[in-house]
Formats: sequence, C-alpha cells, structure tokens
Amino acid sequence: MAQTTEYELLKKKKKTYEIIKKIAIYVFLSVIGITMLVPFLWTLSTSLKEAGSVFSYPPKWIPKPFVFRNYIDAWNAVPFGRFFINSIIVSTTVTFGQLFTASLAAFAFARLEFPFRNKLFLAYLATMMIPGQVTMIPVFIVLKKLQWIDTYKALILPGIFTAYGTFMLRQFFLNIPKDLDESAIIDGCSYFGIYWRIILPLSKPALATLGTFVFLGTWNDFMWPLIVTNSMEMKTLPVGLASFQGMYSTEWTLLMAASVIVLAPVLIVYIFNQRFFVRGIVMTGIKG
Amino acid sequence: MKLFNTKSKTLNRIITGYAFLGPNIIGFCIFTFFPVIASFMLAFTEWDILTPIKFVGLNNFIRLVQDRDFWYYLYNTLFFMLAIPINMCVSLAMAMLLNQKLKGIVIFRTIYFMPVVSSMVAVALVWRWIYNSDFGLLNSFLHWIGIKTPPQWLSSTIWSKPALMIVSIWQGTGYNMLLYLAALQGIPQELYEAASIDGASWWDSFKNVTWPMLSFVNFFIIITSIISGFQAFGVQYVMTEGGPAGSTTTIVYYIYNNAFQWFKMGYASSIAWVLFIMMFGVTLIQWKAMEKKTHIFYQ
Repeated sequence: MAQTTEYELLKKKKKTYEIIKKIAIYVFLSVIGITMLVPFLWTLSTSLKEAGSVFSYPPKWIPKPFVFRNYIDAWNAVPFGRFFINSIIVSTTVTFGQLFTASLAAFAFARLEFPFRNKLFLAYLATMMIPGQVTMIPVFIVLKKLQWIDTYKALILPGIFTAYGTFMLRQFFLNIPKDLDESAIIDGCSYFGIYWRIILPLSKPALATLGTFVFLGTWNDFMWPLIVTNSMEMKTLPVGLASFQGMYSTEWTLLMAASVIVLAPVLIVYIFNQRFFVRGIVMTGIKG
Repeated sequence: MKLFNTKSKTLNRIITGYAFLGPNIIGFCIFTFFPVIASFMLAFTEWDILTPIKFVGLNNFIRLVQDRDFWYYLYNTLFFMLAIPINMCVSLAMAMLLNQKLKGIVIFRTIYFMPVVSSMVAVALVWRWIYNSDFGLLNSFLHWIGIKTPPQWLSSTIWSKPALMIVSIWQGTGYNMLLYLAALQGIPQELYEAASIDGASWWDSFKNVTWPMLSFVNFFIIITSIISGFQAFGVQYVMTEGGPAGSTTTIVYYIYNNAFQWFKMGYASSIAWVLFIMMFGVTLIQWKAMEKKTHIFYQ
C-alpha cells in the first residue's frame, strides 16, 4: 500500500518537473522570438508614423494617426517599380540560365565518360574556393571595355555559370540508377533525350532547391550590382534601396516604408513555403 | 574495321561529353578561369584602365606590407569574426530548444529564420534606425532601464564594431540553427537512451553524445563562416560606409575602394590575392584538424 503512494508521488513529481521544463522552454523560445521580431515590427510601426512623431521619447509603438502616404512617397521618390522589374528580370534569368548550364554540365560529369572528365571536375571544385573578389576586377575591366557596364548583360551573365550548382546537381544525378540510361539507350533514346526526359524530371526536388537559393541569392546580391550599375534605371532592389538611403538619410518614415516594400514580398513568399526553405537549406548546406 | 569502329565511338563520346559541358565550360572560362589568371597578373601591375598598364614587379605587395590602413582593415575584419563563436553558441541553443516535440515549434522556427531570407540592405537600414543615438529603439530602451549615457553606437569608433556584429548575429543565427537542427535530428535516439540508463546527467549526455555527433556540422559552419567573414562588405557599406574613422572598413571594402573608387586595379588585385591566400590557409588548417577525427568525417 505504502509503495503505491510512493510511486504515485514520484510520478506526480516527475509530472510537475515536466511542466516546469515545458514552461521554461517556451519562455526561452519566446524571448528569442521577440528579439527576432522586434526589428520587423519597429520598421512597420515607424513606416506608418508621421515624420515628426518618430522623434519622441519614450517611443510609441502604435502610430497615431496612421500615415499610409509614406509608402506612396517612398515609392515615388526613386523608381522602385523599375528596381523591382530589374530584380525580377535579373534573378529569373540568372536562375534559369544557371539551372540549364549547371544541369547539362552535371549530366556530363555524372553520366558520361570522356577523357579528362575527372581532372576537369577537380578544376571546377578547386575554383569554388576562389572568392568572387579575385575575379570581379578583371571581369569588370572586360565588361567596361565591351561597354556593357550598366546593362542587363553585366548584371546577368557572370551569375549564370557557377561551379557550385554543377557540383550540387552532379551529386544528385549520381544517385539516380544507371539502369534507366541503359534501357533508354536500347530503346533508341539519345543522350540529350536521357537528360531531358529521364534525369531532369527525376531531379525536380534538387532543381527546385537550387533554383530557390540561386534566385534568393541573386535577389539579395549587393556587391556585384553595386559595381556594374551607374544609372537609377539599371539598379536592382538592394542597390536601389541603398541609394535611396543616400538621398533621404534621415527621413526615417520614408526609409522604413521603403524597407517594408523591399522586405515584404520575400517574407510573404517565405512564410507560406517555409517547409520548403527549411528542407532546401539542409540539402544545399550539408548534403550538397 | 573494328578498330575504326571503336575509334569513332570514342570520338563520339568525346563530342557528346564536351557538348554537354560546352555552355558551362565556356562561361566558366570567361568568368572564372581567365579572370583568375588575369587577376594574378594584374597584381604585379599598376593600372587605372585609362593610361597604359605598367609592370611593377612585387611593388604592390611591398607597399601592402607597409600599408598601415591594410593592417587596420585586416584587424577589423578579424575582429568582426569574433561574432562567429557567439553566433554558433546562440544558434546551437536555439536548435536545442527547437528540437522538442512541443506545440507551436514550427511557428518559432519560422520566426527565427525570417532574418535569413531578408534583404541585407533593408536589414542594415532597419538597424541603422534602431541604433540612432538620440531616438533609436535601443538607446530608448537603455535609457528606460536606467543607463544615463548609452553608447553612440554607429558614430563611435569603439561601439561601431560590436554594433555591426550584433546585426550579423541577428541575421545569421537562423541559418546555422537550421543546420544544427538537422544534425540534432540525425542523432540516433538510442544513444541518449543508453546514456540515461547509465545514469548520465543532461550535461554528460550533451558532452559525450550530442557534441561529438555535431563535429561535422561544426566544421562546416566554422569553415563557411570564416570564408564569408573574410568577405564582409555589405552591412559595413550600408550602415557606416566603413566609418567612423575607418573603424568598420574591412579588407573587401578596401579592395572595393581601391578598384572602383580610386581605380587602382593593380593594387586592388594584389589585396584580393592576399585575401584569397588567407582564406585558403585557414581552410587548409581547419581541414587538417578535421582529418585527425577522420572516423567522424567519413562516416
């Protein structure tokens, strides 16, 4: 009899311990969550305030009155529409271009046999170590001599060919059974047919992951567009936003409205597809 | 006849192979391979693109060694990298908190990762406002908790570096957290069960199970963080323009200024090569250290 009560007491004790542990975890999780969210919320709050009311102490979180005009003013102060279009054109072309050239090369490295294949692949791997800062100066000089500075060509072309995409897709292609190729060849399929009708459809998850990260990387890229654009008409969103800052450096309501304009689209897409992003990071990060 | 047949078959294989490689390899040569060689040669010249190029031998490198600015900016770059261990600790803690079967975990994970997908320029702008010394959120908060003279953050040579480090930690932890989370979920549960049967405390099982099982992901994070640490530029450019008094100018910022502001293409190239060699050296050392733990690496 006494034993049962002791057992129950122990069980109860364990249960209280579990509850306390749970609460502690939620507290920690929330503290970090608030730290991550506060800058975003503060941006949103400032972007809706009257210009004069941001300089107040203590800071107010709820704008009074709500000033939606800040968004219109920011949008019209510099050609944000043009920046968006440029970013979309550049990011889309770079993404599809890179997927195409990288998957072709990855197919050659993973499925075909030809002289110097492995040596060439090693050369590709070796260049992944070289930072972009080494190659950007000669590439800039060549583009300048071709008078391609401040054009889409300068923004897009260097981004299309990367060793990283080739490497990642090769690893993925290697895991597709080789029997598929052989039976396709017996059926009279060409190598391009194998690539186009068998390998690519089977690699959709890898292509989608690589595509997402190339797109996001190009969309947020700052240094290269900064170097190769001069006119407002050719700037991408990040560079455009930076020059907007240069012109309105202390007009915080406009600056924050512009930040929301730039942040919102990506964040919305991310929040609705976050599982996909999470899977992608793990795939490109460690297993790639 | 047979000989001819195999020959044409080989030829066919070569043609097919290189046809597939073609598009990529041409672009690779134009935008990576030849530029690397050109950059190496530029490092031994003096050139502003407009006047004729001048070969100067090792002059650029000799100048570099004597260049006080270069050493200061190298120091700044390395100083910024002190954020790496802090970032790793925070992101591991976040991953361990998230690695629980609790309700609403996905919401927290989604929030923690938001800064990672955000545009760096927008994030830098937002933080510049938060750091505003008179009306910024941070100093208002510090004032409220009783700190009478809070730091001037971005306009102080002492606080500018920590300020930018906080931004990079805030934006970067989400990424490492996901890598840690994936690694934690890959640890076989039996190991923890075995440890708890042996009466191991939480700390024991962290030290003897979790930490060793994380060595590969740690290695990966350290290498990639150091490489991107050497390349720090954007946040500095947008938030402080390298100032005040050069206190946040990094090596890459110095390369950018030399090449694209002052058009010293030769000198900029020589700095870029020194940067590359440093990055390569650090990676090599890390790699050697990792090889000692081969059994984990090749698992």
